[in-house]
Amino acid sequence: MDRMDACVTFEDLTLGYNRHPAVHHLSGSVRKGSLTALVGANGSGKSTLLKGIVGVLQPMSGVCRVAPGTSLAYLPQQSELDRSFPARVVDLVSLGLWPRRGLLGRLRPEDFEAVATALSAVGLDGFGKRPIDTLSGGQLQRALFARVLVQDADLILLDEPFNAIDARTVADLVGLIMRWHGERRTVVVVVHDLDLVRQHFPEALLLARRPVAWGDARSTLAPENLLRARQFNEAWDDDAPWCAPGDDHPHAGHRHDGDAHRKGAA
Amino acid sequence: MHALHDYIVAPFVEFAFMQRALVGALMLSASACPVGVFLMLRRMSLMGDAMAHAILPGAAVGFLFYGLQIVPMTLGGLGAGVVVALGAGAVSRLTIQKEDASMAAFYLISLALGVLIVSLRGSNIDLMHVLFGTVLALNDEALVLIGAIAAITLAALVVFWRALVAECLDPLFLRSVSRLGPPVHFVFLALVVLNLVGGFQALGTLLSVGLMMLPAAAARFWASRVEPMCLLAALFGAASCICGLLLSYHASLPSGPAIILSAGAIYLLSIIAGTRGVLATRVRHISHRTA
Repeated sequence: MDRMDACVTFEDLTLGYNRHPAVHHLSGSVRKGSLTALVGANGSGKSTLLKGIVGVLQPMSGVCRVAPGTSLAYLPQQSELDRSFPARVVDLVSLGLWPRRGLLGRLRPEDFEAVATALSAVGLDGFGKRPIDTLSGGQLQRALFARVLVQDADLILLDEPFNAIDARTVADLVGLIMRWHGERRTVVVVVHDLDLVRQHFPEALLLARRPVAWGDARSTLAPENLLRARQFNEAWDDDAPWCAPGDDHPHAGHRHDGDAHRKGAA
Repeated sequence: MHALHDYIVAPFVEFAFMQRALVGALMLSASACPVGVFLMLRRMSLMGDAMAHAILPGAAVGFLFYGLQIVPMTLGGLGAGVVVALGAGAVSRLTIQKEDASMAAFYLISLALGVLIVSLRGSNIDLMHVLFGTVLALNDEALVLIGAIAAITLAALVVFWRALVAECLDPLFLRSVSRLGPPVHFVFLALVVLNLVGGFQALGTLLSVGLMMLPAAAARFWASRVEPMCLLAALFGAASCICGLLLSYHASLPSGPAIILSAGAIYLLSIIAGTRGVLATRVRHISHRTA
């Protein structure tokens, strides 16, 4: 793939915790304007990969490169949002203005318009003045999508946005994702519902700590790939050998810099 | 009417020391109470208490070398507070240790050091001033210091307002869009230390945290947004200062405890009568809306 065309590039990327890899030797790139579903069992490294792209988790080895000048919006699975904080829905959604206004910029009239437009796009008209601790789970998720809308980012990362959300809300939120895709934004979404992926997502990456398959969604989710993805061991193995060059997987430009990490499953 | 004037206004008009005390206390309320609101919203209320203890050894060192003088004691307290806040903040940001545990570790070390330093000079009645303050003996130097601290605090709050709110409301989000999260946290810790140091002249190291936390905790029962909450906290703080000073004047009570107890009374009243207090939320409403 053309380097100019890539929004996010992984080069032999290994991410993890305590020297145990959660994403193991991932290479490839996410094309600009693509819509990718990130699929895999619990513990297969999906959230870890998103954290690596955002930059809140440093790679153990390899590189994760986001194209320069790309603005990024990230909706984490386990938000550190403090719901007891005395804020209104507009205050929460206005946080999305941060990349544009920064620390010192004052909010302008068009900013308030942008927030109101976003709220109405997610179906939360009239919720602006509600305290956030009175929202239901689905309403809060809609509000967080509104914040992503306000961020107006080139690269959008959503970590399990459809958890514990009713069918109608899922349909609305999928509609928003399709709209972002239509606007040529790059979108990566962690999803567990494989039917949803087959129905709406052009591309998919199937993870099982290492990448099992990556490409067209329907062929990625073929039964033989899913079977292979199921065969990985989720638990850490403290006796796993140190991962070193010359192992069973290809190592283009592989470096460990003396900071060897353990292979999760031997 | 005349009696009321005699009781409330006259003490402040007639006596210079009461005027100084009032000015100092009002400036402290305006700056420490909003800081207290953020401390409470970050669930770091007890951290304020720990910081107050951490300041003690610094003030004691100043006292040991220069006696009961405001500048060395303030600088000492500021130094100790910054070391503890930065140390605990750095440990919690860079390691798996949470803020509360690292703060407890650092302030206990600091407190033990303080007791050790105090014992070097032996017991001294002046040290009571350090511990419990002398709001009725604020001199010009002290007033200038408190004024400067209040000005710095209010300016910092205006500049960092949105960042402080974002850091409280959704820290992970702020980290994903900006590198300002950790610096804002340290700016905030610096404001806490600054206001505690400003308060210890008037209220002593142990009680200065009371003027920071009690009005903030009381305001939580009345307001559902941050801006009104900060304003209300500052008003509650000012009211407790006026009440406390008058109590202290008329009943010959020590001024520091009188101020903090006034703030405590407002807090207890707010728990019961506040719009989000016990009466309003626990008593069953007779009717409810259909949607």
